[in-house]
Amino acid sequence: MSATRTTTRQLRIATAGSVDDGKSTLIGRLLHDTKTIFEDQLDAVIKASRRYGDQEVNLALLTDGLRAEREQGITIDVAYRYFATPRRSFVLADTPGHAQYTRNMVTGASVSDVSLVLVDARHGVVEQTRRHLGIAALLGVRHIVLAVNKMDLVTWSQSSYSAVVDEVEAILGDLHADVTLHPVPVSALQGDNVVDRSPNTPWFAGATILDLLESIEIDESAVHVGARLAVQWTIRAGSDYRGYAGRLTGGPIKVGDEVVVLPAGLRSTIRTLTVSGVAADHASPGEAIAIELRDHVDVGRGDVLVVGNATLSPVVGREIDVDVCWMTDDPAVEGRHLVVKHLTRHVGATITSVGFRLDPTTLQPTPTQSLALNDLGRLSLRLDHAIAADTARHNRSTGHLILIDETSNATAAAATIIAIT
Amino acid sequence: MSGSVRSEGSRVLAELEAEAITIIREVAAETRAPVLLFSGGKDSAVLLHLALKAFSPGRLPFPVMHVDTGHNFDEVLSYRDEFVARHRLELLVASVEESIRRGRVSDPGPTGSRNRLQSVTLLDAIAEHRFDAAFGGGRRDEDKARAKERMLSFRDTRGRWEPRQQRPEPWNMLNARIRPGEHLRAFPLSNWTELDIWSYIGVEGIPLPNIYFSHRRVVVERSRMLLAVGGPVVLEPHESAFEETVRYRTVGDQSCTGAVRSHAATVDDVIAETAAARITERGATRADDGISDAAMEDRKREGYF
Ligand SMILES: Nc1nc2c(ncn2[C@@H]2O[C@H](COP(=O)(O)OP(=O)(O)O)[C@@H](O)[C@H]2O)c(=O)[nH]1
Repeated sequence: MSATRTTTRQLRIATAGSVDDGKSTLIGRLLHDTKTIFEDQLDAVIKASRRYGDQEVNLALLTDGLRAEREQGITIDVAYRYFATPRRSFVLADTPGHAQYTRNMVTGASVSDVSLVLVDARHGVVEQTRRHLGIAALLGVRHIVLAVNKMDLVTWSQSSYSAVVDEVEAILGDLHADVTLHPVPVSALQGDNVVDRSPNTPWFAGATILDLLESIEIDESAVHVGARLAVQWTIRAGSDYRGYAGRLTGGPIKVGDEVVVLPAGLRSTIRTLTVSGVAADHASPGEAIAIELRDHVDVGRGDVLVVGNATLSPVVGREIDVDVCWMTDDPAVEGRHLVVKHLTRHVGATITSVGFRLDPTTLQPTPTQSLALNDLGRLSLRLDHAIAADTARHNRSTGHLILIDETSNATAAAATIIAIT
Repeated sequence: MSGSVRSEGSRVLAELEAEAITIIREVAAETRAPVLLFSGGKDSAVLLHLALKAFSPGRLPFPVMHVDTGHNFDEVLSYRDEFVARHRLELLVASVEESIRRGRVSDPGPTGSRNRLQSVTLLDAIAEHRFDAAFGGGRRDEDKARAKERMLSFRDTRGRWEPRQQRPEPWNMLNARIRPGEHLRAFPLSNWTELDIWSYIGVEGIPLPNIYFSHRRVVVERSRMLLAVGGPVVLEPHESAFEETVRYRTVGDQSCTGAVRSHAATVDDVIAETAAARITERGATRADDGISDAAMEDRKREGYF
């Protein structure tokens, strides 16, 4: 458990699978075999298994923590689990497979480095699998670990396994997804190829699920381009300290670096820096910092400070195209007005057109008038005021936004920026 | 401050710290009147430490509030008062005793747990001060219902949590907008484990109440737990008290928070002990969560933290 003190970054994993593919069983197996389950938790699961009438100890009950989930035997919302091996520490977001709870899956998958996708070897790729792959592509997930599960029920047939892998590869190709696929034949129930290599798959030369999770390299230089600070808050102290606080993406940056304040376009240089409240002469990507500027320029919440190389500046614009996952009952239709939250700025927006919807079965773009709950598709928006934004392809940390319903305040969509002018 | 996460080079702690500070700043910016819940326990000490960092060198832009069950350990209350005085913070105390006196809740008797009553006291205080956001030190590794909760947890006008209606938080983008009368709870420590908390306390040199470290104490064993004798804990005729070397893994209501046998006298000892532990923090020390599979979910639905 020394992982807390090592210098490796925690790996964030999101699991995805259709109902009954064995996701909860696989997670239970990972937690159990890495000795993460505490005795009292296991006791509680054994008792609950008896109460819900399971024959064996049902490891799914470890993560299905809500009463309705236990009673209905399905996962409704994301459950977060923490575990560590001597090599790495992990956060695992167990996300629901049911179409009705897709928005919960988006929450879990959007912040993950790796998507762990389960497919039942007997049934192959189903609609939910396609949806999950589509969402992973939309969200920009870089690695997919594909667990072809229940191999014990197809007598460890290599051809059943290869059929699933080929199909998933074809789908990812159609989506033009920029991801690396790591397939593994497993039995979550019996533990084959989860932590230890299985004697049942002599034809499989790859790594086990845990080996993969421990060794996948997360290349951060590929996801951050250019240093940006979206101002969350202005810290005031004494008569003249004004610290513009926020979380740095990109960088590193240092005292003396040039700053452009967007969208206004004002210029200054960094006078002082704090990192987590402590004075520093430089700051690195991901740190919670505050910047004091040399000049008295007008800066406030919602502004974006671009530090250093101005050629990597975001685009300031009002017309944007976004790929969305629609997450509320009121559909997306042309003319609808919403609020955009991009970084720390809120701005009104009107849907100027509904581009297309991805057909859930084929994932092909299909013309449509509206997007409904759980649909994936494309929208064009006109903003009431300009924002400084990047496309997600250019900058993964600043290329996203959310849409908010003006009356209910619900988060209506997760959106990836495709174009801005 | 003895050191910092940065100089120690711990990548995991540095990220957890940055994430928590970011959430605290964002909620403070998006809400009108936030408050930070401070019990004097280790999680709320870490939370308050992070909140101070979030606005340093400026002052904390919101008050802190303690929901006092009236069954607190003296050591914890004096620690609370020292912390608040040292940083010149504004402290509000919402008292369960007061709620009982005013007839808002009924007294469960000297031996009953006051844990559940805190929800009413908390909600009354939130309404009285018109707070619209409350920061709490809850962690997802504490309990399976907490494991399901988002960074932001929305509560209706009666403070209830509806687990089926949680707001998505794609890319950790928080949407803290609420309507009048509603409020939210924010959990910046969601992704921390008990071991992370202790490691962070160690690197940052955060002071804690001394009952977290081993000491001799007169205890009684009740339903497999060691309870400190005194205050609300009175010996039954068939029970006998004895002295043990113990410490607390969590500090709460004295009537239902158990001590564990331990010789861990320093933060490093506690870290070693935590890393080797085979029983969860709540399992080892809380009498009231053992009752039902969904005890925490039920309390949250009623407005609990
Ligand atoms: N034979 C076999 N059964 C499995 C395997 N993995 C899961 N199961 C069973 O499939 C059912 C659904 O599993 P569960 O983990 O609850 O699925 P979830 O809905 O994806 O979380 C349960 O009865 C499991 O015991 C496997 O590898 N082999």
